[in-house]
Amino acid sequence: MKRETLSALNEARNSGKAVVRALDLANGNETIIDPYTDKSALGLAAFEAARADQSAHVAVDGRSWFLEVYNPPLDLVIVGAVHIAQPLSQMAALAGYNVRIVDPRTAFATAERFPGIVLSHHWADEALAKQPLTPRSAIVLLTHDPKLDDPALVVALKSDCFYIGALGSKKTQAARQARMKAEGFSDEDLARIHGPVGLTIGARSPAEIAVSILAEMTLALRGTKS
Amino acid sequence: MTAIEQDVLQTAAGWLDEGRKVALGTVVKTWGSSPRPAGSQIAVRDDGAFVGSVSGGCVEGAVIEDALNAMQDGKTRKLEFGVSDEQAWAVGLACGGRIEVFVEPLV
Repeated sequence: MKRETLSALNEARNSGKAVVRALDLANGNETIIDPYTDKSALGLAAFEAARADQSAHVAVDGRSWFLEVYNPPLDLVIVGAVHIAQPLSQMAALAGYNVRIVDPRTAFATAERFPGIVLSHHWADEALAKQPLTPRSAIVLLTHDPKLDDPALVVALKSDCFYIGALGSKKTQAARQARMKAEGFSDEDLARIHGPVGLTIGARSPAEIAVSILAEMTLALRGTKS
Repeated sequence: MTAIEQDVLQTAAGWLDEGRKVALGTVVKTWGSSPRPAGSQIAVRDDGAFVGSVSGGCVEGAVIEDALNAMQDGKTRKLEFGVSDEQAWAVGLACGGRIEVFVEPLV
């Protein structure tokens, strides 16, 4: 790899852009591809690889390439700076997510409770307008207060984020679904909401619940073991 | 908080900035059950320090050795590891899979 290539890859990733290096394994020749703008045959193959988040071999115009995918970090939005958000934010950062917590209640979202985490005191819909959800985003609603959760849920359901989780009992979920139906969302839309949130692993403490949520996010992102 | 997994390419760039030599190892092919998917990377510094991984720790030692050689001669190489490979038996993969690793100096 050339030094210029390394700098270009790091620069793209630092600015939140996906980038692909096409590598000719026969001679080490390399070319950098923007998978979302390059419409050449190689560019389209790079787009597929980036979307699947999977580096892969391709043959294009009689040449064999290894497409190395460098996607920007995953994005996790936690709505509600509650107890579960404390372990969840730390664990998700370890798993490779950039984590941001949104809660207009300034007594909850404090740097003391969330050292080193990006905190927003805006209402969730405003915060999500500023930094929109992408296909590499997950959002977890933890307040179980409709006033705080619902505006975020509306934005999430309109986005193409890969995971939407919402804390609350089955009864709370039913009421939430009814409210979203009244907002005009279809049954198919509502099926995107994971609630009660998290995989069923008998979690009790906030940290254990965080494990179950992170596991469910991972499942949504990667699929089951083939 | 930003993702806190140690970043291979950022670390490699930092080492280069310090005037060190660096080589990269990338998993370019896997067969059967392998611990890390294609695209997984390791960066190796000229003193043998490394960041990242290409397996569950089974073959990193061999990759580091070839990375040090690549820094010396400036050439790329392809390494294959697997239980069927007699020569690599000592550093074979306990999981029974096979992987191909492309080693290249940063030039």
